[in-house]
Amino acid sequence: MGTFLRAVADGVLEGGVYGLMAVGLTLIFGVLDIINIAQGIMVILGAYLSYVLWTHLHIDQFVGLLITVPAMFILGVAIQFLFIRPLRGRERTSMSLLACYAVAIIIEGVLYQRFGSNYVSYTTYWNSPRATLDIGGYYLPYIYLAGFALAVLLVVAIYWTLYRTQFGRSIRATMQDHTAARLVGIDVNRVAALTFGIGVAVTAVGGMVFGTLNAFNPNTGYDLISRLLAIVILGGLGSIGGALGASVLVITLASLVDVYWNPEWSTVVFYGAMVLVLVFRPQGLFGRKEARAQ
Amino acid sequence: MRPAAIWRAAGLVLLVAAAAVIPLAKNVTVTHVGVFVLLYVGAAVAWNIFSGFTGYISLGAAVFFGVGVYTVALLSKHLNLAGGVVFALYPLAGLVAAVVAVPFGLIALRVRRHTFVVVTIAVFFIFQLMAYNFSWTGGSTGIFPPFLNWDPNTFDMPFYYTALVIAVGAAVLAWAIWGSRFGLQLRAIRDDEDRARGLGVKAMRVKLAAFVISGFIIGMLGGLYFYFQSEALPEYAFNPFFDLTIALMAFLGGFGTLSGPIFGALLLEPYLGYAQFQISNAYVSEVVLGAVFLVVIILLPRGILPTAGERLTAWRAARARRSAAPAAAPAGPAGAPVAGAAKAGTAGTGTPGSGRA
Repeated sequence: MGTFLRAVADGVLEGGVYGLMAVGLTLIFGVLDIINIAQGIMVILGAYLSYVLWTHLHIDQFVGLLITVPAMFILGVAIQFLFIRPLRGRERTSMSLLACYAVAIIIEGVLYQRFGSNYVSYTTYWNSPRATLDIGGYYLPYIYLAGFALAVLLVVAIYWTLYRTQFGRSIRATMQDHTAARLVGIDVNRVAALTFGIGVAVTAVGGMVFGTLNAFNPNTGYDLISRLLAIVILGGLGSIGGALGASVLVITLASLVDVYWNPEWSTVVFYGAMVLVLVFRPQGLFGRKEARAQ
Repeated sequence: MRPAAIWRAAGLVLLVAAAAVIPLAKNVTVTHVGVFVLLYVGAAVAWNIFSGFTGYISLGAAVFFGVGVYTVALLSKHLNLAGGVVFALYPLAGLVAAVVAVPFGLIALRVRRHTFVVVTIAVFFIFQLMAYNFSWTGGSTGIFPPFLNWDPNTFDMPFYYTALVIAVGAAVLAWAIWGSRFGLQLRAIRDDEDRARGLGVKAMRVKLAAFVISGFIIGMLGGLYFYFQSEALPEYAFNPFFDLTIALMAFLGGFGTLSGPIFGALLLEPYLGYAQFQISNAYVSEVVLGAVFLVVIILLPRGILPTAGERLTAWRAARARRSAAPAAAPAGPAGAPVAGAAKAGTAGTGTPGSGRA
């Protein structure tokens, strides 16, 4: 029973962090109608940024977020402005997907060039053995708790922005109907750029937590994006609550498989769950039927 | 035959003739890169038969490639096959890939657009993980073929010509499909699937057929890859870069056109093959590939060939208008025709139509 609870706790806590990354992805999809394939490598970029700040400037990774989050936000806005906005025409959606893929390979190439293919892991206060909480013999690292808390905080902040502010209202209006939003005077381009920026900025946080918990190299980005995509599809594309729910659900499931079966197969369970869901509910667990037909 | 078809046939024959002559140079580097070029031509054309014609972007083509690689690898390992008989295994590899394509397609083709792309990526990763984790695939150490006791100087030749045959076969097949009832149904799905269904196209069946055909061809190429590279490793058999590269080739040349993927592959793969020899710059070449991709998407969103075709048509129209302008200008009031002629004229001599008239 102890193992079971532990696996569930790990899954929920890690799922929260994945949820944050997935929320960025699904937000971008909802507003811009594109899938940011580069989200995975951006998480890794965020992890490297935190790592560099720690090793070169000895900036604590949580403090470093004050630098990395705005940096990633600017990167996101720039990518949207340079490569996504100019796309027009019938193949716009598939083109934007490929543009994101191209951005991903460029980032990956730059990271390989700069850091090589060796796995990076680093130890700070947050993942040192003494930074753990003792709950009846089960040692819970602080980083899990802090990462989860931060993720929850950010998701709440995003929710609050979406549902309680004027800007959030324009985002939701743009999600529902581009043309109508434009007609009532919303600057759709500005909303799109800012949303892309926010969606990318959360990867700085996700990457920081991920990089503290796991060893990573530029290739890890593929692993991450495939997991994130599975989560987002499972939750229903464009559904923020769905992305959160699905990530906690699936990561917990994977964590259970980890403990009871074999870590190597936990990822297959991941995709297996996705395929199963798609067979019975093509719109995802929490998604509505696709409103925008092709 | 229409003139366009004659031109196309002539171009194809010319290309094949050129490709058939190249190995006579007896340069091992050239033939080695050449095999890869032909392999990618075949793969890009096959990818285009499904994705280009139907508009469903698949990033799971490497599944078929990897299945082809492992089919031949496992057969040759357990039957200890070597020598000329290996070439007989390629259709079998294609067949196994086609069989895999049926359930893959039945699941993935239920969803459209983004979701479809993502499902293909996910299925791809499932296959890669299986190749890593099953014991019978050799895991991360992979499978190596029995030693082929062939002269290293001519080692590439049989692979080169087999790849040529497959690539040409794929191109001819794509051409045959393009104008057929089947091809028209595929293109109707691309334009508007719901309307196509309303008009009686059995969308699922048609899409699945194209998916299986493209899987068959790519599976054969995977089989060829195994003996040529003498390895079946999960990271190269199921390679995400493969998916991306063939998609880029098709987009570079012209997505959904007949000659586009061939052109794109011929343009891109020599560069990639060359970059592979420059190991020290492997990552720079990756960055360059990404940058080329972005430039193509932004500046030539429909690919080189369609954009060039449009430019040519526009240029011809402008020239026709320019020669017609002097006759038209005096007839009408000096408004619209003169303005049109002047616009066309600026590109050429700079003489406004009214001046000449």
